[in-house]
Amino acid sequence: MIPCSIGDQTLSHRSSRLRRVLPTVLACLPLLWPAAAEAARIQDVVEAGVLEQAWRFLSLRDPSVRLALAGCVLLGLCCGLLGTFIVVRQYALVGDTLAHAVLPGIALGYVWTLSKSPLHLFVGAVLAGLLGTVVVSLIRDTTRLKRDTALGVVLGGFYGVGILLVTLIQRLPGDKSGVKSFLFGSAAALSESDVLLIAGVAAVSLLLLGLLFPHFRVASFDPTFATSIGIPAQAMHYLLMLLLAWAVVSALQAVGVVMVSALLVIPAATAWLLTDRLHVMAALAMGIGMAAGAAGAFLSALKTGLPTGPFVVLSAAALFSAAFFFAPRKGLVSRVLSKSRQSRRIRRENTLKAIYHLLEEGGFADETVTRQALVERRRRPVAEVDREIAALVAHGLAEPVSADGRVRLTPPGRARAAEIVRNHRLWELFLTHAADIAPDHVHDDAEKIEHVLGEDIVRKLERALDQPTEDPHGKHIPLAQTHP
Amino acid sequence: MSDPLPALEVHDLTVAYHKKPVLWGIDFQVPAGKLVGVVGPNGAGKSTLIKAAMGLLPLSSGWVQAFGAPLRDQRHRVGYVPQREEIDWDFPVNVMDVVLMGRYGKLGWLKRPGRRDREIARACLEKVRMLPYADRQISNLSGGQQQRVFLARALAQESDLYFMDEPFAGVDAATEEAIIGLLRELCREGRTVLVVHHDLASVPDYFDWLVLLNLRLVGCGPTTEMFTPAMLSKTYGGQLTVMTEVAQALAKNEALARETRH
Repeated sequence: MIPCSIGDQTLSHRSSRLRRVLPTVLACLPLLWPAAAEAARIQDVVEAGVLEQAWRFLSLRDPSVRLALAGCVLLGLCCGLLGTFIVVRQYALVGDTLAHAVLPGIALGYVWTLSKSPLHLFVGAVLAGLLGTVVVSLIRDTTRLKRDTALGVVLGGFYGVGILLVTLIQRLPGDKSGVKSFLFGSAAALSESDVLLIAGVAAVSLLLLGLLFPHFRVASFDPTFATSIGIPAQAMHYLLMLLLAWAVVSALQAVGVVMVSALLVIPAATAWLLTDRLHVMAALAMGIGMAAGAAGAFLSALKTGLPTGPFVVLSAAALFSAAFFFAPRKGLVSRVLSKSRQSRRIRRENTLKAIYHLLEEGGFADETVTRQALVERRRRPVAEVDREIAALVAHGLAEPVSADGRVRLTPPGRARAAEIVRNHRLWELFLTHAADIAPDHVHDDAEKIEHVLGEDIVRKLERALDQPTEDPHGKHIPLAQTHP
Repeated sequence: MSDPLPALEVHDLTVAYHKKPVLWGIDFQVPAGKLVGVVGPNGAGKSTLIKAAMGLLPLSSGWVQAFGAPLRDQRHRVGYVPQREEIDWDFPVNVMDVVLMGRYGKLGWLKRPGRRDREIARACLEKVRMLPYADRQISNLSGGQQQRVFLARALAQESDLYFMDEPFAGVDAATEEAIIGLLRELCREGRTVLVVHHDLASVPDYFDWLVLLNLRLVGCGPTTEMFTPAMLSKTYGGQLTVMTEVAQALAKNEALARETRH
């Protein structure tokens, strides 16, 4: 069916047809959506439709939904707050390791009473966490291995033991409900006491870190200095680790032991992309944690049977991606945008400079330059030079004189052009005089520097060079702020 | 406010890292109001000395007094400038936050820095000519500016005895000049400043008192008496490398290490 020879005409014909058909196909896509929803509903008649499920969740009719939402939101708040201090202290991996290392302790705590008694789980978790910390220090102090390696060993080793124990517990006779959710969480199964535990940890963390915020800030920023002024940085570190262990235990039922470590790190990391102040970062991290908790509880409620933890963490990760790309100053997109703004400005300034050079060669007798002269000067295609001229006109730096592309600089355009040339020649002079660089080596450097020299640096250069009038190549240095 | 008591008295101070002694039986006194240089070769234990003196490291033996009382009880009279490299400069705080930390030692546990603390912090920033940068995040500063922020934080402590760990490391000549001017002013006010210093050339210019150190105390006294070729070759000379070897041997033999500590 493939034609042996496809003429240009056939090809363009086919592509234009595709262009005509594609919008229609795209427009029809939404129509398929109800059909898909219909299919889902027919498949499991017992369950309500997605929209109805969403409504049930949002109306908070069911007590279990209320508990799930409250639990996840409070947990997000608590983890956002604790995570802030963990992330800024560069303890993210420590938090991660601790969250994984408590699993065997939790499993043994469960075996202790064969129920999810928070006290026994907590004792088990703290003991396992302590043991993990001791093993990390032991590995660091007695071998040549560094901290991250020691943490990796403990994380993997303890977690392996934990998984083994959890699997064994599930084989025990009797009621083992909820043991499996230790790993990934199931907010739908949150009981009132689970939520109370989370609320308790959140309240204690908020109270302690809130009241002692300045002290925690200095102890995190500069522990040696903190100790020197009598703030017990070491004790506060252990307090933070204890709160962390407690938060991990409280998070078990809601998001599970694996996902809580992500919930500790991601909201705080997201917040750090958005601010330079610790208290703002803590507030943002709590907000992001709460939003991720709510979104995770909502998403896992839509389709029962799926664990909550991954949804909470995915929501947090989505927020992190948004911050990574779109954060006002540090975001990838904003950085690319500002870079392209800058390169457009540099291109404009180079055009201005070329015009200035042309005027200078003519002894400033003629106020205008032709497009042709500019094309030769810039060594660029006509279309590109036309675009450059249009950019100058758009910024009020030049104005067209005649239809054939003759342009004149406006007063602000002339001032800026003189400034650029002045920067360039001053810098060349400075390099040859002060830095002892040969005159034929300085041009390329000045090509870059001319665009970034600020007013006060220029003044300093002038003073250093004793108000010079000629550059190393014998060219006149235009006066600042005057129009030639 | 010159104290008749020595500003700092260190007695038989021994410090060990992982059982390896890094300072041996240090004994010295510093009178109040002196600008003191702590000088010695790399690895001589200069930073360790000031950290141990401030109680930031466990002592194997000895004691430290400031103004006639254990230094532990005099923390409010002691200020500290740590090495710049010990800090994560990306930490989310601005210049003002850092300088205000100098006031925390005088705050109670549940108090926040008040208006007076802010005024003092601003005045200290003005002294190091960093006030225009008060709202800057600290990573957006040059090395010299960061050092000046640390100095402002120390000034905000309003202490009588200062320990400074290489405040001139990585700063330009102009900043160094400005810093030494401030330190001289502190001493004129009767305060005592101990500075860990690397550049031997500027020692006689900067300090009026010297602590010469190389694992043990080589000498302590007025610069005119200490800054002599004989003392310097004792401090930097090769004969002391044997101490390092003995220290390593001790580290290998635990029983022996325990013995030397008593």
